[in-house]
Parts: sequence; C-alpha cells; structure tokens
Amino acid sequence: MIEFRTVTKKFPDGTVAVDELSLVLPARQTTVLVGSSGSGKTTILRMINRMVEKTSGDIEIDGEDIHALNPVKLRRSIGYVMQNSGLLPHRKVIDNVTTVPVLNGVKKAEAREAALTLLDTVGLDRSLAERYPSQLSGGQQQRVGVARGLAADPNILLMDEPFGAVDPIVRSELQQELIRIQRDLGKTIVFVTHDIDEAFLLGDQVVLLEKGGRIAQQGTPAEILSKPASDFVATFIGADRGRRALRVEVVNGRNVVVDEDGRPTGVLQS
Amino acid sequence: MNWVINNLGLIWSLTLDHVALAVPPIILGFIISIPIGWVANRFHASRGVLLTISGLLYTVPSLPLFIALPAILGTGILDPINVVVGLTIYAVALMVRSVADALAAVDAGVRQAATAMGYSAWQRFWRVEFPLAGPVLLAGLRVVSVSTVSLVSIGSVIGVSSLGYLFLNGLQRNIIEEVASGIVATLLIAVVFDLLLVLAGRVLLPWAKADPTAKRAWRKTVETAIAGASAGGSVVDDPAVSDPSMAGR
Ligand SMILES: Nc1ncnc2c1ncn2[C@@H]1O[C@H](COP(=O)(O)OP(=O)(O)O)[C@@H](O)[C@H]1O
Ligand SMILES: [Mg+2]
Repeated sequence: MIEFRTVTKKFPDGTVAVDELSLVLPARQTTVLVGSSGSGKTTILRMINRMVEKTSGDIEIDGEDIHALNPVKLRRSIGYVMQNSGLLPHRKVIDNVTTVPVLNGVKKAEAREAALTLLDTVGLDRSLAERYPSQLSGGQQQRVGVARGLAADPNILLMDEPFGAVDPIVRSELQQELIRIQRDLGKTIVFVTHDIDEAFLLGDQVVLLEKGGRIAQQGTPAEILSKPASDFVATFIGADRGRRALRVEVVNGRNVVVDEDGRPTGVLQS
Repeated sequence: MNWVINNLGLIWSLTLDHVALAVPPIILGFIISIPIGWVANRFHASRGVLLTISGLLYTVPSLPLFIALPAILGTGILDPINVVVGLTIYAVALMVRSVADALAAVDAGVRQAATAMGYSAWQRFWRVEFPLAGPVLLAGLRVVSVSTVSLVSIGSVIGVSSLGYLFLNGLQRNIIEEVASGIVATLLIAVVFDLLLVLAGRVLLPWAKADPTAKRAWRKTVETAIAGASAGGSVVDDPAVSDPSMAGR
C-alpha cells in the first residue's frame, strides 16, 4: 500500500505541481492516475521513487516513511516504465532487462536466465535478446521496458504513459498483455495516462486529477461512469456529450447496443 | 627519390619521435577534458566561461608558448616535456567543448530512466552518460588527433626532434624531397591515428552503428569540431542557442 498524506510539491521556479494531495493506493491493485497534460501525474509518480522530492507532507510504503530510506536502494526496489521506453541504447535488450538485478548484485548468468523467461512473459521472442533497442519496433521496445520494470520482481510498478507513443493497435495489444500479466503477478501498479479509455480499461481504481494534482474524483470505473462528481469529470469522461450514453436497439430480434450516433458497439447478452 | 632512399633511417627515427610526442597529449588532453567538460555541462553558469577560456587557449600561438613553458615549468629548454605540455593544452582547448557537447547530447529520457532504475550518480555517469557520449567524444578526439600530429612539428623549431626537422632542414638546404617526405610522413601518421580511433570506436561502441540518433549526433559534431578547429578554436558560441536539437534541454 502506498499512502500520500497532504503531500505538496513546489518546484524551485514556484510551480505548485501537486497541492496537498492525500491518496491511498491499495496493494496488489492497479491505480490509474488520469488527467490532462500538466495536471501533476508524473510528479506524483516520481515522488514515490523519490526522483522528485516532495516539499511537504508524508509518503509511506506499507507504513514505512520513504524519506527514511536510501533513494537509490528505494528505486531499485520499485519498477519503473516510461514512455518511449527509456531503454539504454548502448546495451542489448537482455542487458537492459537485467540492469536492476545486476545492480542489486545478482550474478549475471543467473539474471540473464531470468530475463529470458521475462521476455516470454511480456510476449517477446527470445531471439530479440541480443539486439540493440534501436533495432526493435516501438511496441517491442515498450515490452522490453515492461520486462525491465519487472526484472527485480518489485512489489510496486510505476508506469508513466507507457503506451502513449505507440499506434492504437499495438497499444491495445500491450494493454491486454498488461491485464494478463497483472492477473498472474498481482503487483501494486501505479499507471499514469491522459487517456480516459485506457484508465477505465486498466484501473481497479481510477483517480481523476485536475491541475495541481487535485483529485476531481476517485473510484472504480463503474462508480465514476455512473456518477460523475462534477461537470469537470463529466466532460473529461465524455459523459456530457453522451459519448458514453449507450442505448439498446432491437435488430433482427437481438438487442444491439448502439452509441449516441447510432453506431453499433456490441450485442447485449440476454 | 634518392634522398628519401638514402635517409630512410632518419625518416623512420623521426617518425617514431613524432609519434612519441603526439600520443601523450592526445591521451592526457582527453582525460583532463572529462572533468572540465562535465562541469561545463553540469553547471549552466560555468559553461560559457569554461568554453570561452578553452577556446581562447587554442588561439595562443604555439611557438611563444613552447618557448615560455620552460620558464613556467622549470624544465630545460630542449626538454620534450615542454612540447607535450603545450600540445596537451591545445588538446584540452579543443576537447573540453566536445565533452560538454557530448554530455549535453545524452537523451534526458535515458538519463531519467537510469536514475529511476537505481543507478547512483557516479554509476550513471560512467555506465550510461559517458558511454552514450562516446560517438561525439570520438569525433572530438579525431579532430584533436589531427591537430596534435600536425602541431608536433613546431617543436623542431625549438630543437625537440620530430618530423618538423625534415621540413626545416629541407628548406634550409633547398632539398625539396626532404620537405615533401616530412609532410607525407606527418600525413601518414595522422591517417593511421585516425584509422585507429575509428577502429577503436567500432570495437568500443558497437551499438552506435545500429543507432540512427547516435550517428546523427556524431556527424554533426565532426562538422562543428572541424569548423571550430579551423577557425582557430575561437568558436565559443553557446550551442544551446544555435542548435535547435538542444532546445528544451
Ligand atoms: N522540473 C520542473 N520544474 C518546474 N516545473 C515543473 C517541473 N516538472 C514539472 N513541472 C510543472 O509541474 C506541473 C505538473 O507537471 P507533470 O507532473 O509533468 O504533469 P503531467 O505528468 O500530468 O503532464 C506542470 O505545470 C509542469 O510544467
Ligand atoms: Mg507526464
């Protein structure tokens, strides 16, 4: 469990990126932070592994104040996946994946063995292991990024718009892959996105943020959809435009679900 | 050709002297430039000052420098150390800028990823930033190598043995072959050094071949470095201003 208690981050230039945030992220669940660009998502995420130091407030992981810990050690115990993969261009795929275990002192051969298994887990062919990142497609690079984030078997996985830069088809594949991996591994995932559909798809809990990291609404996707807390939320999730107002039409004796424009989106199972 | 054939022994021994004088400044210049370039890149305020100073150093005329160094260092007037120190100064003058640019060109996202994975600052520099700066560093080193090999000859004027002797002696005695052999041998050394550096790059930076961004950065820096060297190293503008790829750094 990760807990923020009235956490504020003020950058040296005076920008208050996060303003008195209080938030609990339950263990072994996926919490999605969603909000427009500049709402403070990355800052919140990076305060968890102390890449960004909070200005005030408390952040605890499983009841332990993270500011009592060595930041380098803390980071090695938390997986991190970012947009554009952030892979080290001068190291082969396999060496990228073994980075954190090797930093933790695991023997190289042992780490490589485990890394090959991880490539299977994220759906990558083992033959890619000896390639350099620039020799992979964007989607493959993101898979390597996920494998690297999981390599030290961390309890917590931080993901900052990890699928933001790939095309929609690949993104959808990666999302399904993540859902499957999470079902198997049960990590505490903090996932950042500006895409509300992605948030509803992946999140057990969704936290909708306004500027300054202020929480506009927090809950399960169903709770937020069924009862937007404000006009801001309604606009953000598209409910105001009726985008999510589906209705049922009977076609050929079957209940077909159509959206606001009358486009069929599925069939209602009786 | 007669003169050359009759003096092969002399040409060879002068070539060895020349190489022995050129190698230490290239290596020392590289090593000394790393911390200076790091500071120039790390602390924004220091960048302009350090790059201007190093640029100005390159404009100090070599002959007066070689003559002044014995007085400053307390070495003998004929001591080869004077030449090595002088050439190291020029190497640093050229290389500091390359180091600063090379480090600045390392992708911010990669640096952040390295931090996020739990590299300490020291590990991150040596295992991530420095290797990734490799292609641009190598480009700078190639310019330093050519510059140093050609400058070694000046040492002959103050009596430190190098291929420059053939040039001076040949002019005095009006032996055009002697002058030409000095020039050709110097060129050959420069070419061989350059090939060795390129080869070292191939071995040490195998990833750069596969990486289009690294290739681009490399080509660009060779161009600016050569422009800088040919302008007497007086190009000290801030690349963050003139180079759009560094905007938003
Ligand atoms: N290092 C920084 N210095 C100053 N301001 C920053 C810095 N990083 C982020 N900010 C500002 O903080 C706010 C939140 O940024 P960020 O957390 O990156 O938002 P998001 O990830 O939601 O797009 C923005 O206004 C941004 O400009
Ligand atoms: Mg962000």
